[in-house]
Amino acid sequence: MAEVDLKAVRKRYPNGMEAVKGVSIAIPDKALCVLVGPSGCGKSTLLRMVAGLETISEGEISIEGRVVNQVSPTDRDIAMVFQNYALYPHMKVYDNMAYGLRNRGTPKAEIDRRVREAAATLELGHLLDRRPRELSGGQRQRVAMGRAIVRQPKVFLFDEPLSNLDAKLRGQMRVEIKRLQRELGVTSLYVTHDQLEAMTLADLLVVMNAGEVEQAGDPLEIYEKPASIFVAGFIGAPPMNLIDPASAELSGPIPAGAAKLGFRPEDAILDGFASEGGLKIRAILDGVEPVGAESYLHAHAPAGGARMIVRTAGRARMEPGTELEIRAPAEKLHWFDAAGRRI
Amino acid sequence: MIGDSRWGIRLAHAILILGILIVAFPLYYVFIASTHAGPDIVRPPMPLTPGGRFIENYRAAFFEGAANLGGVPVWRLLLNTAIMALGIAVGKIVISITSAYAIVFFRFPGRMVFFWIIFVTLMLPVEVRILPTYKVMVDLKLIDTYTGLILPLIASATATLLFRQFFLTIPGELVEAARIDGAGPFKFFKDILLPLSKSNIAALFVILFIYGWTQYLWPLLMTNQAEMNTIVIALRKMVSFVDHGTPWHIVMVTCVLAILPPVLVVVLMQRAFVRGLVETEK
Ligand SMILES: Nc1ncnc2c1ncn2[C@@H]1O[C@H](COP(=O)(O)OP(=O)(O)O)[C@@H](O)[C@H]1O
Ligand SMILES: [Mg+2]
Repeated sequence: MAEVDLKAVRKRYPNGMEAVKGVSIAIPDKALCVLVGPSGCGKSTLLRMVAGLETISEGEISIEGRVVNQVSPTDRDIAMVFQNYALYPHMKVYDNMAYGLRNRGTPKAEIDRRVREAAATLELGHLLDRRPRELSGGQRQRVAMGRAIVRQPKVFLFDEPLSNLDAKLRGQMRVEIKRLQRELGVTSLYVTHDQLEAMTLADLLVVMNAGEVEQAGDPLEIYEKPASIFVAGFIGAPPMNLIDPASAELSGPIPAGAAKLGFRPEDAILDGFASEGGLKIRAILDGVEPVGAESYLHAHAPAGGARMIVRTAGRARMEPGTELEIRAPAEKLHWFDAAGRRI
Repeated sequence: MIGDSRWGIRLAHAILILGILIVAFPLYYVFIASTHAGPDIVRPPMPLTPGGRFIENYRAAFFEGAANLGGVPVWRLLLNTAIMALGIAVGKIVISITSAYAIVFFRFPGRMVFFWIIFVTLMLPVEVRILPTYKVMVDLKLIDTYTGLILPLIASATATLLFRQFFLTIPGELVEAARIDGAGPFKFFKDILLPLSKSNIAALFVILFIYGWTQYLWPLLMTNQAEMNTIVIALRKMVSFVDHGTPWHIVMVTCVLAILPPVLVVVLMQRAFVRGLVETEK
């Protein structure tokens, strides 16, 4: 039962920079937890503290119930996949995967069995005799995964493992990582700044901002009920539209203390019917972004100038400058107070 | 491109050939002279084709040596020089790679102080500190020993800085991956750092071997007995200022034999050497 528990974890770098400001996360056994947030928000720092590569300034990290604050990375029984893969350049693929096992004194036959098994799973069988520089980016990524898998650790740690791949490969590897993680049933902590990756991978999604957890929970729940303006803007692409309630026509009650009103591009209706308690706002079309199956209309409100995006199915043939009437149903509206918290 | 025309190419070749002749002629002449009898070499006109005493001269030099040097055979001189050159090259590499390892990969108190101390010694070559070093060697009774020949020359700021620069290019993630893979400081050094430094080490070895082989001032001070002379020193001592006292044929053979090992090292390690200079292994 390898659950990972972070309790009020803080990191202060020697230069005084406080990169992580009291984060508590409980990752259940076998779950894939994704840390997502903008660059510089402290995701890697947090992950590296779990790995044991950074000291923990305050708080407690435990793996399988054992506090590991003072345990070396070697003895934490974790495996990590790095953004740049960090393969040993002078070692063949086989040795890259076997190295960690050899250092732990695993018997030769066992090493061989595990390496070949992992290579088969990752379709690396024919590459075992190559060196990293003779591999493509995607293949290197697989080797890095293989190196983590053969160790059969209690926890997998991933630091933006797919960000050096092209979009298509990234999509494939995302599915594969999810499949592998399910099959192996290893508790995992996965860091990314890509919200799509985060949404599709996570069992438990943790949105971070400036060293703090903004929201944690089921990814779809977070999508449907973002706890703050930050989360609303960060999760979902294109991001949620945020407008000043005063600039819209609202046929329903405005919650007390509401300072911002949000609705998702896919919840906006262009030529629908006004629904009870819904929103109506006038906007000028700035341009159309066709992506094939759907189009995104970029518009701004003449009053207040708020920018909005509306998703429509198929192709939209409209000229910039067209006046639009955007509506959104009442149950799809998100209200936020002046501090940016959800109401 | 320069020298596109036929004449341009011919001119370029002519200049190159002339250059080669100028550089190669003394070497050629040394070899020619080493196959003649002593008196023939100094009697004009100077011989320009091989003589008939190749085997005789080389055998005499190699096994008997020059009489005015107490008859120390050249094989002994070669051995001395090889021990010194290898000692210096290997010693410098070992010392500098380990100090660079400490400075780059470990955080210890006074790290930067040590770095600067090493750096400052760059400004103090052997010649500058030769008297105090000599005194120390005398006190330690290391005159006429290999240790005395090698030890003072193996600290190397240049090589340390070179390795430091190289180590700084090794990504932090690689170091961390090794830590997670259970490699302690020694394993990391042996399994990761050394193999990655291979071509750097090879290039440095070639440079340092030649540096050691051609040392003059230090061995001159450190060796009194003829058996401990290096080949460069012995050559110098064989040539007496009264011309007729110099066994020129032996001198020439010794010259040829002195040149061969560095050439051999360069030729054998050429590929690794060039790779070390031009390629940064990723
Ligand atoms: N070794 C360090 N020393 C000082 N500050 C650091 C160090 N590493 C990271 N930081 C700072 O901590 C913050 C969080 O960094 P990081 O965890 O790498 O962010 P992320 O992975 O979310 O992009 C950044 O502002 C970064 O500049
Ligand atoms: Mg990061």
